[in-house]
Amino acid sequence: MCFPGSLVRPPEGVYREVRSAVRTGPERLQPGPSTRAWRSSLSLVGTEDALLQQLADSMLKEDCASELKVHLARSLPLPSNVNRPRIDLIVFVVNLHSKYSLRNVEESLHHVDATFFLGKVGFLITGAGREGHCSIHWNTVVRLARTYRSPLLFCDLEVEGFRATVAQRLVRMLQICAGHVPGVSALNLLSLLRSSENPALEDV
Amino acid sequence: MDETLAEFIKRTILKIPMTEMMTVLKAWDFLSEKQLQTVNFRQRKEPLVHDLVLLCEEKRASVHDAALLDIIYTQFHRHQKVWDVFQMSKEPGEDIDLFDMEQFKSSFVKILRRALKNVTVSFRDAEENSVWIRIAWGTQYRKPNQYKPVYVVYYSQTPYVFTSCCQLKSNIPLLGQNFETHNTAMPLQERTLELDIHMDSRIIHENRIEKERVQRVTQEAFGNYPQPRLEFAQYKLETKFKSDFNGDILAERKEPLRCLIKFSSPHLLEALKALAPAGIADAPLSPLLTCIPNKGMNYFKIRDK
Repeated sequence: MCFPGSLVRPPEGVYREVRSAVRTGPERLQPGPSTRAWRSSLSLVGTEDALLQQLADSMLKEDCASELKVHLARSLPLPSNVNRPRIDLIVFVVNLHSKYSLRNVEESLHHVDATFFLGKVGFLITGAGREGHCSIHWNTVVRLARTYRSPLLFCDLEVEGFRATVAQRLVRMLQICAGHVPGVSALNLLSLLRSSENPALEDV
Repeated sequence: MDETLAEFIKRTILKIPMTEMMTVLKAWDFLSEKQLQTVNFRQRKEPLVHDLVLLCEEKRASVHDAALLDIIYTQFHRHQKVWDVFQMSKEPGEDIDLFDMEQFKSSFVKILRRALKNVTVSFRDAEENSVWIRIAWGTQYRKPNQYKPVYVVYYSQTPYVFTSCCQLKSNIPLLGQNFETHNTAMPLQERTLELDIHMDSRIIHENRIEKERVQRVTQEAFGNYPQPRLEFAQYKLETKFKSDFNGDILAERKEPLRCLIKFSSPHLLEALKALAPAGIADAPLSPLLTCIPNKGMNYFKIRDK
């Protein structure tokens, strides 16, 4: 499943499903964001600190309602001696220009608890815009995302406009994964995203 | 002023781009303000140069004045030349000598003249305690060739000497003699590396300890001061192919694999220094890369032990 830089319109059927999910649970509606702080934590994992920092900045600019915290890590596992809140979403950042960044993510994935792969893991790929600099084929990361059954986003983090767009998306995803969107859970989101994929490309 | 000198001055001034003409002439400070005012700088280059040469003749320019103009032109266009760097080594137990520029210049000329009569040597002081030396070589029977000079730039507070490409390789040891008695220790410029730690408390850096380790290791390998400007490094590998996979065909070869790796960059050493902090490579970097400034080499042949 891929989210290219431009908006992808999900098929009609899926869209209707989301709408109904929100409408059927009025009694479970939480009070609006203005009356309550919504805490959520995101972990960005990647080798290129400058890019992670810029993305975190963009996300914090987006987020106005909830108390969003972004953890920047070069690799997993995270240091265990620190008290930290529950992580709601892990986004692995791979730069197609750097095999080192891919290897780092592949090794970090081994330290992620299995329950995270039910919608709380995502992959973010940067560097596709400059094809001449790519030392990893984009298909490699597509296969990686498929192997881990997790969504894949492409975004050239170095371009401010694209970065702001993907920051918006990540904040939305994070809100869902943290349980702040009534009627939609992380697992819902995952299956919604996957069902829009071309069935012919699905792995066995 | 003889014809060859006039021709040399004409060709030197012709090289100067029109946009730099005034600046260079002012830096040369040979033609007076009054004289320069008599020249029309709006005309086309050839007649302008003709007028300037006439003025030089009036003022009886010498070979040394012309050489000085050549140095100034080269200083403005130093990036167009390819420079070799030499590092002077200190004998253990030698004291640090106090450097005197005038003494250095006079002994430099003496040593060269002793070896070769037909040589033009010119000096021009420049920034950061450096001196630019222009040497036009002749032979025993021929006057110095002003069109193929060698430039030597010596930073007196460092053990480094830069030379522009010297086609007469035999003259390098002669230049070396001049620097034998002038070794000084290199001062370390203290520079504080600023760790840009984000002040937003909503961003938590989980690997701060690791980042600090990387900074420390990089500093140990490269030091705190700006790196010498290097544009490429070349590694010739003649080693057997090593592979993690069993039964790899290439690993079975008995002969070494020949391979050439070239790194190039507008500023290679700064780029290597930035690799680990940028998260593009592990720290510490391979000693094959970090040894470049210490060994003073950038061509390497690597063979199996």
